[in-house]
Amino acid sequence: MATQARQRRSAVPQAAPGERHAQLRQFYRDMVLVRRFEERAARAYTEALIGGYCHLNLGEEAAVVGLMSALRPTDYLFTNYREHGYAIMRGIDPKRVMAELYGRVDGVSKGWGGSMHMFDVTHRLLGGYGIVGGQLPLATGAALAIDYRGGDEVVMCTLGDGTTAIGAFHESLNIAALWNLPIVFVIINNGLGMGTTVAKSSAEPELYKRGAAYRMESARVDGFDPLAVRDAAAAAVEAARGGRPYLLEVVTERLRGHSVVDPAKYRSAAEVERLKEEDPIRLLGAKLTADGALDPDAIAAIEEEVAAIVTAAADFAASSPSPDVSTLFDYTYATPVPNDSRRLPGQPLFEPLPASAALLPAPDPALGASA
Amino acid sequence: MTIMTYRQALHDTLRAEMLRDDNVFLMGEEIGVFEGSYKITAGLLKEFGEKRVRDTPIAEEGFAGAAIGAAMLGLRPVIEMMTINFSMLALDQIINHAAKIYGMFGGQASVPLVIRTPGGGGQQLGATHSQNIELFYAFVPGMKVVAPSSPADAKALLLAAIRDDDPVLFLENLALYNTKGEVPDDDTPAEIGRAAVTRPGKDLTLIGYSRMAHVAAEVAASLAETDGLDIEVVDLRSLRPLDRETIVASVRKTHAAVVLEDDWLTYGIGAEVAASISDGAFDYLDAPVRRVAMAEVPMPYSKTLETAALPSRDDVTVAIRQTLAAVGHRTAPLALGVPQS
Repeated sequence: MATQARQRRSAVPQAAPGERHAQLRQFYRDMVLVRRFEERAARAYTEALIGGYCHLNLGEEAAVVGLMSALRPTDYLFTNYREHGYAIMRGIDPKRVMAELYGRVDGVSKGWGGSMHMFDVTHRLLGGYGIVGGQLPLATGAALAIDYRGGDEVVMCTLGDGTTAIGAFHESLNIAALWNLPIVFVIINNGLGMGTTVAKSSAEPELYKRGAAYRMESARVDGFDPLAVRDAAAAAVEAARGGRPYLLEVVTERLRGHSVVDPAKYRSAAEVERLKEEDPIRLLGAKLTADGALDPDAIAAIEEEVAAIVTAAADFAASSPSPDVSTLFDYTYATPVPNDSRRLPGQPLFEPLPASAALLPAPDPALGASA
Repeated sequence: MTIMTYRQALHDTLRAEMLRDDNVFLMGEEIGVFEGSYKITAGLLKEFGEKRVRDTPIAEEGFAGAAIGAAMLGLRPVIEMMTINFSMLALDQIINHAAKIYGMFGGQASVPLVIRTPGGGGQQLGATHSQNIELFYAFVPGMKVVAPSSPADAKALLLAAIRDDDPVLFLENLALYNTKGEVPDDDTPAEIGRAAVTRPGKDLTLIGYSRMAHVAAEVAASLAETDGLDIEVVDLRSLRPLDRETIVASVRKTHAAVVLEDDWLTYGIGAEVAASISDGAFDYLDAPVRRVAMAEVPMPYSKTLETAALPSRDDVTVAIRQTLAAVGHRTAPLALGVPQS
């Protein structure tokens, strides 16, 4: 991990100081929002208000805000199951994201998706996906549809470092490059696929270099520097808009376990200590304070604003109703067809015949019960 | 009406739908320059160009997934899996994604995708190229699976599949491509989810789909002549949804059923049909429901072994006679005894 941290580098020159500070203050605020939202989600999970799996963006906040700031509202995002922060930064109301985590009707996916499957057509988040790499072929196809219609939108498809080992990664990058599709593949390299390091899972641990196999432009960027991420993503998006697909590797950290329930025992004490030091929000806050672009009062104001948003989201989620059981069969098919099963587990396929006893004549009391 | 082959009906329907709707496009391995392994797409690259007839790399998962993603944005891709055996390389995209996206995201995006693919053995292609695994797809809610047996149904069901907003696995069959039949000239789609009684009868219900619906019709016609039997044939046409009502209504009338499938017996589609008959027509049955299915082996290459493994007309005839014997149905040949197997 330490080796990997040293390999971070910014790909693009940085903006002028005044503009930089204004942008960084906004990034800082957005990063705090993602952080506090995820912490609230973790708490709700331990309170059993959230079920299933719950993967958090803790440590990846700079990557999330930098990447999302490089997209136009009309661009599309496909991502994986660690996507709450992305949903919020696409502009989806945190209330609807939290309501989805709670499995309620006001959730972005109406309670059908949960933590791993956020989706919102309006904000063009075309899915968090729970199967590792499932989103890659889909995102490639969305880019194909844009190209087919001659549109100027771009698809961004994020994936984890572990995903670069699956076949769909190779197939999708190959197709995107062959057909010059408007897509940016973004590897969020937090160094760990669950508990397996990049070094143990990839023969080429500098993952962005895999772009060379498809003659695809690629770069690696420091995922703790939101401006560097934004600039690198903007360059990648611009290339893709011109029909040149791009592979961007964002080197970051996962501050906690793979999911809320993972204590991350595979990490050494030294690494845990280092991660406490290397918190991207703490680092950015300290840097902006040292530069005079933030002060304790401004930080406190941001925390207060964000706390109100997160509390409102949790309150909204808790008060949103659960989906009615009568809607269970509403989303099997978009085009209704005859003979589609709408049977609950206890219901028979065919109405049972009346009980045999009802077909027999009533017993004659004179005969007694001996028979 | 025009008499044409199953292959021609597929080709003409694809072409007509591409002319009707610019959003319809084709993708697959060798469908353009090579004109398709079974020539269903012959001539279409020349007519429509590379944008709408897209040769893909050998990447079933990649191009199936790309079709799903394009469908999510409103295009209507029709992809060809060279044979159904190769579709297994795309199972994750088809089952975990195409079939799930509409439900998993609360109805926000549909997947109007058609996956055309031939199944079927009998061509001496060995174990990996002779399977019928439509069952995998028919098992999954969110998928629709249709299996036309005639040129007319090939057209009507393909029209329905392309115009449907859900992912449809469209099962073709190697042995049917050259079969001929009357095809209506109008473009009325079939209704997905409906079986058809293709031959009315009263003595026994013979149920099949794809190639075996064809076999069923032939055996029924033959036994009408030789044995004077009046057999009702049900062509399932749609494997999901499954039209249990039509199956059960037929068996309630005939009191006996034989189910045919070009697939392994255990856990098969025939098992589902038999269970449905048990649910809906238990009190009407005069004999156990009989299944005729492929031998449960990896398909051998040798012609002798392959022929033995595949269900034949004779197998079906024997199963019908044994079932009717169990009913106590009196016909002259049956009274002479029933072959034991």
